[in-house]
Amino acid sequence: MNLTSTITREFIFTIFGVLVVASSIGFVLGKFAKTDGAKSTVQNLNARINSWWIMVIVVIGALASGKTVATMMFAIISFLALREFITATPTRRADHRSLFFAFFLVLPLQYWLVHIHWYGLFVILIPVYAFVLLPVLMVLRGDATDFLERAARTQWGLMICVFFISHIPMILHLNFPPLSLGKEGLILFLVIVVQGSDVLQYVWGKLCGRHPVAPTLSPKKTWEGLVLGILSSSALGASLHWLTPCNAWQAFVMALLLCTLGFFGGLVLSAIKRARGIKDWGTLIEGHGGMMDRIDSLCFSAPLYFHLMSYFFNGTI
Amino acid sequence: MLRAASVFLTKLITGANPVWVNCEAHSTKLRVYFANHGSHLDFATLWAALPKAMRNRTRPVAARDYWGKTKLTRATAVGLFNSLLIAREGITRQDNPIEQMAAAMREGHSLILFPEGTRSTDGVIGSFKPGLYHLASKVPEAELVPVYLQNLNRILPKGHLLPIPLISSVVFGAPIKLDAAEKKTDFLKRAREAVLNLMPHAHS
Repeated sequence: MNLTSTITREFIFTIFGVLVVASSIGFVLGKFAKTDGAKSTVQNLNARINSWWIMVIVVIGALASGKTVATMMFAIISFLALREFITATPTRRADHRSLFFAFFLVLPLQYWLVHIHWYGLFVILIPVYAFVLLPVLMVLRGDATDFLERAARTQWGLMICVFFISHIPMILHLNFPPLSLGKEGLILFLVIVVQGSDVLQYVWGKLCGRHPVAPTLSPKKTWEGLVLGILSSSALGASLHWLTPCNAWQAFVMALLLCTLGFFGGLVLSAIKRARGIKDWGTLIEGHGGMMDRIDSLCFSAPLYFHLMSYFFNGTI
Repeated sequence: MLRAASVFLTKLITGANPVWVNCEAHSTKLRVYFANHGSHLDFATLWAALPKAMRNRTRPVAARDYWGKTKLTRATAVGLFNSLLIAREGITRQDNPIEQMAAAMREGHSLILFPEGTRSTDGVIGSFKPGLYHLASKVPEAELVPVYLQNLNRILPKGHLLPIPLISSVVFGAPIKLDAAEKKTDFLKRAREAVLNLMPHAHS
């Protein structure tokens, strides 16, 4: 991403323009909220918008600072997400060593492989080698209680928080013909479309949501919000096709797939939360919950995006 | 400077996220914070979770036979965290831990105490030793604040050297006091239950 080019600057200004509009709407709604319920909804909305300012500044700042910084940012996101995931899942004393390796060996190594662009090991490190190493470390402690469950939890944590998310910076290593915002633009497309889908589902749900999709798993998600949110975010994707090698309708289909998978990602992680009896993964991002609450939809869509891009648009790995 | 650094480092490793339940964070009264014990990080975490003004006049109570063993452990416990080292065994009239704790409180210090006396290995809270009772009868004006330390036994369990970076919570509950006619065993049981009640899902 080249900050000196006009198109990049205009794009970044547009993003901040959207935030200014959102903050203004939040401010006006705050003036009009009368009931306690409305007040707390608007308060949460404004907390969310304020957090968006910080998240947008961090992501754009990291993407503008080059591949290494961008990769490090995603490594930190993975670390914080894994921390929340493992905190919320019961572990035993005998898991200590395997968890230590998950945090301090597997996670950094995965992002190191992104950095040096060793794709072959990148795709098997966690699904194969961590899968073998972690239960071996656990079994050495001689504690068989809930063994399969414990091994599976650690593996799930690594897959969701580290393996899936690490596909996002790996996009920077795909070989494409020059794009208008560089390869960082490909990441922006994914993040804007998927996060935009979350925001639009929330907005449409608040405006006209009536029928819950999955009342037991995620009571706030409604059919109206889901369908309108995904469709409007796919339209947003089509309008951003110039960030990618896609034409408008290809970008629409791509965005539709990403948002649908993103929705299911959020639902799966909600099911895990419900099973543990928690509402949010953490308190890191005000108004949103934890890191995991914010990136749950990205987890499932990131690998698909990476593979579709490299398969259909000849982005040699 | 070193203290500020150790507070920062403790918060970085353990999160040390304070939760105040029916308990004021700031108080001018003398306090004894008593908590469950499962990790070496316990006293540093509880201490770091206190507001700065409260932290500056609060001393953790630690076992001398463990923390006083080498120069390094002593420097950590006393130098960094201003701990009060007491004897767990071989108590004499001259070396009486209750007297030493009461003396520290007369100087205006609040204390952090782990009444189980040792670290639990499985997260189960053991029975309380009588020290808390004796201290409460020696310093009756003190507020006894139950504290539940969550996840620290997972972050750095007994027998491990390196911590894993999970998020801990430090839950402070409503202060209790020793009733005039209360028996030792009843009081210790009540104090232990005050900590147990702070566990998440304790009521569900």
